Amino acid sequence: MVAALGMKVRSEKISHKIISKSGHYLERMGLFRLWGIESGMHIKAHEESGKFIPLTIVRTEKELSELLENIIPIFHLSEYPEQADTMRYIIDEVTRNVIEHAGLDTNALVCVQYYPRSKKIRIGIADTGLGLRATLSRHHHISSHLHAIQQALWPGITGTTSKPGGSEQNAGAGLFFTKSMARVNKDYFFIYSGDAMFKLLEPKENDRLSIPVDPFADRHTKEEGLPFWKGTAVGIDITLEQTLQFRVLLNALNDVMKEATRERRRKMERRKPRFI
Amino acid sequence: MMIIKMRDIVGTFASNKDIAKEIRTQTLIPLLEKEGEELIIDFEGVDGATQSFIHALISEPMRRVGTSKFFEKVTFKTCNEKIQAIIIIVGDYMQAGLE
Repeated sequence: MVAALGMKVRSEKISHKIISKSGHYLERMGLFRLWGIESGMHIKAHEESGKFIPLTIVRTEKELSELLENIIPIFHLSEYPEQADTMRYIIDEVTRNVIEHAGLDTNALVCVQYYPRSKKIRIGIADTGLGLRATLSRHHHISSHLHAIQQALWPGITGTTSKPGGSEQNAGAGLFFTKSMARVNKDYFFIYSGDAMFKLLEPKENDRLSIPVDPFADRHTKEEGLPFWKGTAVGIDITLEQTLQFRVLLNALNDVMKEATRERRRKMERRKPRFI
Repeated sequence: MMIIKMRDIVGTFASNKDIAKEIRTQTLIPLLEKEGEELIIDFEGVDGATQSFIHALISEPMRRVGTSKFFEKVTFKTCNEKIQAIIIIVGDYMQAGLE
């Protein structure tokens, strides 16, 4: 989010003072390069392939394809190459949302880090575009930024139509799939837009494994009235050891998606009598 | 019978929705609207696909010609389990929305 914010500012207006020991990490992830400024640090750059993807701007389909190509080596180095499907899927869906919905001249900013000791992959995707509320309000009644987050995570709700089943180009399922994959795998998932945020919490041990249609039925925290973020930011951690096979995940999502669409159609078909 | 070889068009991962739109508008819909025409969509060599891609490819044709006619005329070939699962998801929720 900091990186995306800095991109809105002219390089000469940015000043910095590094007080943290992890300052070299910001340099290696390409933060200062992205802002067009010198960090003043000189570090020996290690080969990034297989360990991380530095802050990367994605504006086009071609740039997204290149990013996805670079993700694959991370999994070949880990003991879990079969989890590449889940990761590739999540990055593709969330980043594509930005390219399609965030508005003209908006970039998605993506970075990925692999932590071999904890066998975790952390992904951050941020933009400074229209934000969820403005995007969804085109076709839905959205009362707040938090309501926009809830609707964005609801299967079948898209900013391109109010029809059940979505438009010819969008189903409104990308963020739902992503959040559900995190839910089933007990992974971290966080989304921030406008003045609101939603964070998925790890289910309690005796919780039944389920994929609710309403994201607020998941174990979560949410907050409103936060510092305003013009755009959307998503954070996901994937713990490779506990990640279910991608195909198993898809099978689990099928019934939920089908029922959500059916329910949406029923609601739209219900007409109230008109009295004059 | 026409065959669309997806590997030649999308590479090994089918996610580009602009390409899905191109196939849908230029090949799939015109062909489905002709009487007696059938189509095979061949995923040989394609390792994965996103739900968004498959939705962009088949949802509108399903709406236009109806789901039963769509599945009568279109056959999916050499899909791995993951791609099959995604096609089933999109097919199922589209039918749920249209039935």
